[in-house]
Amino acid sequence: MSLFQTRWSGPLMVLVIAALLLTLIPAFAPAYVALQLTLYFSFGILGLSLAWVWGYGGIFSFGQAAFFGLGGYSYAVASINLSGSTVAILIGLAVPTAFAVLLGYFMFYGRLSGVYLAVITLVVTLAIHKFLGHTAGFEYRIGTAHLGGYNGMPALPPINVPGDVSKFLWPEDMYYATGIMLLAVYFGLRWLLTTAFGRRVIAVRENELRAELLGYDTRLYKLATFALGAFIAGLGGILFANWNSFIDPHVFELGFGAQIIIWVVVGGLGTLIGPILGAMLLGFAAVELGTQQTIDPNVILGAILLVFVLIVPQGVVPSVRTVMAWWKQVRANKRALAAAQVR
Amino acid sequence: MDVAAITIIQIINMISMLALMSIGLAVIFGMMRVINLAHGEFLMLGTYAVLVPAKLGVNIWISMFIIAPIFVGLVGVLVERIIVRRLYGRMMDTLLATWGLSLLIIGIMTTIFGNTMEGVSTPFGNFSIGEIAESQYKFFIIGIAAALMAAVFVVLKYTKLGLIARGTMQNANMASALGISPSTVYTATFGIGAALTGFAGAVLAPVIGAAPTLGVAYVAKAFITVIGGGQAILTGTASASGVFGVINQVVTYFSTPVLGEVALLIGAVLLLRVLPQGITGRFFRRGL
Repeated sequence: MSLFQTRWSGPLMVLVIAALLLTLIPAFAPAYVALQLTLYFSFGILGLSLAWVWGYGGIFSFGQAAFFGLGGYSYAVASINLSGSTVAILIGLAVPTAFAVLLGYFMFYGRLSGVYLAVITLVVTLAIHKFLGHTAGFEYRIGTAHLGGYNGMPALPPINVPGDVSKFLWPEDMYYATGIMLLAVYFGLRWLLTTAFGRRVIAVRENELRAELLGYDTRLYKLATFALGAFIAGLGGILFANWNSFIDPHVFELGFGAQIIIWVVVGGLGTLIGPILGAMLLGFAAVELGTQQTIDPNVILGAILLVFVLIVPQGVVPSVRTVMAWWKQVRANKRALAAAQVR
Repeated sequence: MDVAAITIIQIINMISMLALMSIGLAVIFGMMRVINLAHGEFLMLGTYAVLVPAKLGVNIWISMFIIAPIFVGLVGVLVERIIVRRLYGRMMDTLLATWGLSLLIIGIMTTIFGNTMEGVSTPFGNFSIGEIAESQYKFFIIGIAAALMAAVFVVLKYTKLGLIARGTMQNANMASALGISPSTVYTATFGIGAALTGFAGAVLAPVIGAAPTLGVAYVAKAFITVIGGGQAILTGTASASGVFGVINQVVTYFSTPVLGEVALLIGAVLLLRVLPQGITGRFFRRGL
């Protein structure tokens, strides 16, 4: 059996291609490409968080944007107040996770499911948007950090090397750091899915009642799935806030939350690589569409979502896999036929 | 005393607005179990169905009572025929598809009208209690909301049409065996839900104005009202509007309107934790 047919061949191929791209692009492309890619990497992490929560946990969450934004905001507040970013990053990860645990407790222990989850996570996201937009006054500050209402929080200090406050990560370093984070989350989730925990999460998605009758506390598994998703989204939010050195309530808007879901639907629900590709390509498309004036970007985003739900409901990556499997089958049949004729 | 009277009027007005903007969604969700995320855009189309004819010199009452419901109702029928029809039984896909539709409508309206807010002039003048002046239009909204709820009740409960609709929703196969085409009933229900929403948008237009992105602000409120209400369409919408309207206005009174809305949203989440089936899952179970 050659190297390319073991169960490690898939991940290994992804790793080699990703590492090559990550190192080659800054060498050959202009500097702004790496800068833009950093943004799309953080979107990729956000896409992965929904890919995990929705694709594997079966929890349809509108709230990934909220956790992304909470991560960004709490990182921003902490990094302005503290010297050095290491603790700020930990806070930026802890706040969305804790919030998800609290919200998840209300939802999963209240036995809400399906569309109810969708509506509640949507409502919470919009409530945060309303509230943060309202915080322009001077009384809304945490330590020395002003929340700033719709104007957002500008001039966030850059991330520094852990333990050394004077050593900042320059945009080029952030490019590598964000890219490596994206890969780490991707491979982390792939690994997690092979563990007993990952299998149970999928079991809950497949048939909650059966999983419960087999003795698993499905509420707890859903809560853990949801919290991990919020953790990942928070990480994306920290990297996003850092890329921008700015954060504003825009990330809690319905339109931004819509994009995340479109990434996953287009890339392919139930895959990890699909939502990453969806996030990077459509994130790029959305930014480009925003620069032209003829058509409103919403028209195109809406049309993409409609077309995919109606015509390609499983998304691009699973469709490609289906076609490839079909093609393999056709070739195998041909070979078998030829062999039979020779005999 | 004057303040108390005005506050009570404002609370009732808020409840009426919530009921108005939710009833169309309640009909569609309650009867068809279809999540229509383009609900806010139907409401928005209703406001434009008043604004555009008003600019052309059409009497506001004609556009409010005739043009808006018919126009948005027709949009609803088209949407059901082209999109929703293919997705029955796939709740999540309906949600996604109607969301795509919502973005599409926002985009088209922004392309046509630009991303600006336009006002519709309010009919009627003001009245005053003591020193405080209030718009008489508030009473109009309260009256319309009450009349609309009563009309929906009468149609569902006492007419043959309502019987057919309720029967089909309970058991489509049985209705079909009795010679009723479920497909026609679904189209009609979706169209009527859309028409109600368009009418609500038209009635609210003088208060909320008209803007392409207006729907976003109301879709969440409408949804939590319907889901907070639970199974029963009318009693659910009415009771949830009551609870949320009071929460909203009381918090608004003591702080700001924005915090009032935030309190409404948080209240809804708490309510669903205590009553996952909505209010009518526990109380008024035999309501319609």
